[in-house]
Amino acid sequence: MIAETGLIALLLAAVFALLQAVFGLSALRPGGEPLLRAVRPVAIAQAAMTVTAFAMLLLVFARTDLSVKLVAEDSATTLPLLYKVTGAWGNHEGSMLMWITILALAGAAVAIFERRLPERTLAATIAAQGVIALGFFAFLLFSSNPFERLPMPPPEGSGFNPLLQDPGLAFHPPTLYVGYVGLSVAFSFAVGALLTRDVGPAFARAMRPWVLGAWIFLTLGITAGSYWAYYELGWGGWWFWDPTENASLMPWLAATALLHSVSVLATRDGLRAWTIMLAVVAFSMSMVGTFLVRSGILTSVHAFALDPRRGAFILILLALYIGGALALFGARIATVTEGNRFDPVSREGALVANNLLLSAILGVVLIGTLYPLLVESATGEKLSVGPPYFNATAGPLALILVAIMAAGPMMRWRRDRLAAIGRRVAIPAAIVVVALVVLLVALPGLRILPLLGLVLAAGTAAASVAPLWKRNLRRTPLFTYGMVVAHLGIAVSLAGMASESAFSQETLVAARPGETVHVGPYAIRFAAIDPVAGPNYTAVRATLVATRGQGAPIALSPEQRSFDNPPQQTAESAIATRLDGQLYTVVGEPVPGGRWQLRLWWKPFVTLIWGGGVLIALGGALSLLGRVLPRRRAKPERDGYAQ
Amino acid sequence: MKAKNQRLVLTLTALGALFAAALLAMSALRNQASFFYSPADALRAHVATGQAIRLGGMVERGSLSREPDGVTIDFRVTDGIAAVAARYTGIVPDLFREGSGVVAEGRFVAPGHFVADTILAKHDEKYMPPQVAGSMHETKSLAP
Repeated sequence: MIAETGLIALLLAAVFALLQAVFGLSALRPGGEPLLRAVRPVAIAQAAMTVTAFAMLLLVFARTDLSVKLVAEDSATTLPLLYKVTGAWGNHEGSMLMWITILALAGAAVAIFERRLPERTLAATIAAQGVIALGFFAFLLFSSNPFERLPMPPPEGSGFNPLLQDPGLAFHPPTLYVGYVGLSVAFSFAVGALLTRDVGPAFARAMRPWVLGAWIFLTLGITAGSYWAYYELGWGGWWFWDPTENASLMPWLAATALLHSVSVLATRDGLRAWTIMLAVVAFSMSMVGTFLVRSGILTSVHAFALDPRRGAFILILLALYIGGALALFGARIATVTEGNRFDPVSREGALVANNLLLSAILGVVLIGTLYPLLVESATGEKLSVGPPYFNATAGPLALILVAIMAAGPMMRWRRDRLAAIGRRVAIPAAIVVVALVVLLVALPGLRILPLLGLVLAAGTAAASVAPLWKRNLRRTPLFTYGMVVAHLGIAVSLAGMASESAFSQETLVAARPGETVHVGPYAIRFAAIDPVAGPNYTAVRATLVATRGQGAPIALSPEQRSFDNPPQQTAESAIATRLDGQLYTVVGEPVPGGRWQLRLWWKPFVTLIWGGGVLIALGGALSLLGRVLPRRRAKPERDGYAQ
Repeated sequence: MKAKNQRLVLTLTALGALFAAALLAMSALRNQASFFYSPADALRAHVATGQAIRLGGMVERGSLSREPDGVTIDFRVTDGIAAVAARYTGIVPDLFREGSGVVAEGRFVAPGHFVADTILAKHDEKYMPPQVAGSMHETKSLAP
C-alpha cells in the first residue's frame, strides 16, 4: 500500500501543479484577481503531496519492500540502514523524485515567505514554478515511475553500487539538488517579471535572497562532491572535468554571475535585461545538467541507466522550457526600459567584466562538454575532451577573473578614477610582486599556472579584506562581511589548487609487510595486512605507520573491499590530515612475492581547496542573513567601500 | 555616453568576449580532444605516436601479465578483429580483469605499442561504457 500511496500522492501533486499554473496565469487576466488568493495555498498543497510521495519512497527503501521494482534493483536486505535510505536517491527514478520534491518545496517556500514581490508578479512566478513542475511530473509518471511493482518479488534485491555506499551520499546529492533546483526560483522570478513587465531594483532585491540561497547550497554541494570523489575513488584527484562535474559547475558559474548582476540591478538599477537573461540561463544550465546526467548518454558513475526514451523526454522538456523562456525574453525585453548608466571605470564596470568572464568560462566548459556529443551525433566519430582542454581554456580565464574579483570591491559605484584605484590596489599589487619574486627565486621549476595561482591567491587574500580597511567593524553591514569572506574563500581555494598541483608527491610501489617506503616528508612502514569483515563486505586492511622526522607516528588503514551483492571491489583510501597537507594512502592488489601494491601521496595544503569552498558558502550565508535580517542601522549605504 | 550607445557598447563587448572564448575553445579542442579508437580502427588509421587517444575494447583473455616491479602490467586490448599491446603503471580499477571491457587513455609509443596513463573500467557489473558497448556492437555485426 505504501508504494500505491506514493503514486497517488504523485498524481495529486501533478494535479496541484496544473492548478497552480492555471490559477497563476488566470490571475493575471483582467478580472482574475480573486484567483490571486488561491495561488499560494495550491503551491503549498503541491509541495505537501510531493513530500508525501518522497516519504513513501524512503519508507519502501527503509523496509526493503522487494515487490517494488526500484528497491529490488537497487537495494538489498543486507545493506546497512543508512544506505537503504540514502539508496532511495542512488538511482535514476529516486533521484528524479528528489529533484522534483525540492522543486515543489522551493515553490512552496516562495509561496510562504516571499512578501516583497507585488502580488501579480508573485502569482506569475508561482505559475511558472508550476509549469516547470508539471513537465517533470509527466517525466516521472510516464517514463520513470519510482513506485512500479513487480509481479513476482525476488527473494533478495540485486544490491547497491558499493561506490555509493558512503556517508557522502547522504549529503552530496541533497545539497547539490537544493542548489540546482533552487535556481528554478530565479528562473520563475524572471519569467514572472517578464509576464508582468516589472523589472527593477525592487524586483532584484526580492530575487537576491533566493539566488543567494540556491548558490550557497550549490557551492556546498560541489565542494562536498569534490571531496567525496577525492577520497572515495582513490585516484588522488579532486576534480576530473567529468561531464557530470561540469554539469554542476555550469549552473554555479551562471548563478555566480547572476548573484553579482542582481546586485547591480538592486543597488544601481543597471543591467536589467542581462540579469533576467542570466536568471533564465542559470536554471537552464541546471536542466541541461539534468539532461546530461539523467539521459544516460554519458559514461559516468552518475549515469544510472540507459534508456533513450528518457533522454528524448528530457530533451523535449528542455527545448520547451528554455525555448519558451527565451521567446518570452525576446518578446518582452524591448518593453523593459533601460536602467541607469555608468562609467566603464566603476564598480559596475568591474561587475560587468566579472559577468563576461564567468560567461566565457561557462561557454568554454559548455562547448567542451557538448562537443563530443555533437561530433558523435553528426559524424559518428567518438572522442573525449578531458582535463588538458579544460585546464588550457578555463584556467587562464579563471585567473583573470580572480584578478578582477580582487580589484572590483575597491572601486566606487558609478564612476571612479584610475589613479585612485591604483592607490587602493597598491598593497595587494605589491604583495603579488613580492610573492612572484620569492617563488621564482625559491622554486625555479614551478609551472606557469600553479605559479600564477599562488601569486594571485596571495594578492587576492589581501585585496579581499581591503573593504574592511579603516571601517568601523561593528557598524559594517553583514553582507559586506559576506563578500569579504566569500572572496577570501576564493583565494584560499585557489592557493590549495595551486599547491596541490605544484607540490604533490606520489609513490607507487609493491611492498612486503615490514618494509618501509617514502613519500614527501614521510617514512611509511607497511606494518601488516589483515582480513577484516564489514556489515556487507569482506576486506583486506593494510596497517601503515607513517612518521615525519621526530614526530609521533600516525597509523593509517586503507582497505580493499570486496562486496558480493553486486560483486565488486572498491579501494577505501585512508587519509591523515595535518595542518600543512594530507597523506593519502591506497592499498591495491596482492602481487607475486608476498607483496601488495601501495599508492601513497603527500599533498601539501590540499585541504585549502575545500576549506575555501566552505568559506565561499559561509560568505554567501552571511550575505543572505545581512539581506534578510532587519538592517542594523538606519543608513547602511555609503558611497565608496560600502555594499 | 548616451544610454543607447552604452547598451550597444556593452552588447558588443559581450559578443566580442564570447567570440574570443569560442575561438579559444575551438583552438584548444583541435589540439586537446582525444579520439576514441577500437584497436582495429587505431591500426587502420595509423594513429601518430605521442597523440593522446582513448583505446577501447576488451582485455584479451590470457594476455594479462605483470612486470617484476609489481605495479606495471602488460595486456592486450582487443575488439575481436585486431589487438594492441598496452602497458600501464598504477593500481588498476576494481573490475579490471581479463575478458572485461576497458577504456585506456594514453598514447602509442611505437606502432602497436600503447602506454596508458589512465584505465577506465566499468563501474559495476550492470554498467558498460557506452563507447565500448558501441564498438562491441559494431564488431559483432562485422564478424561473420
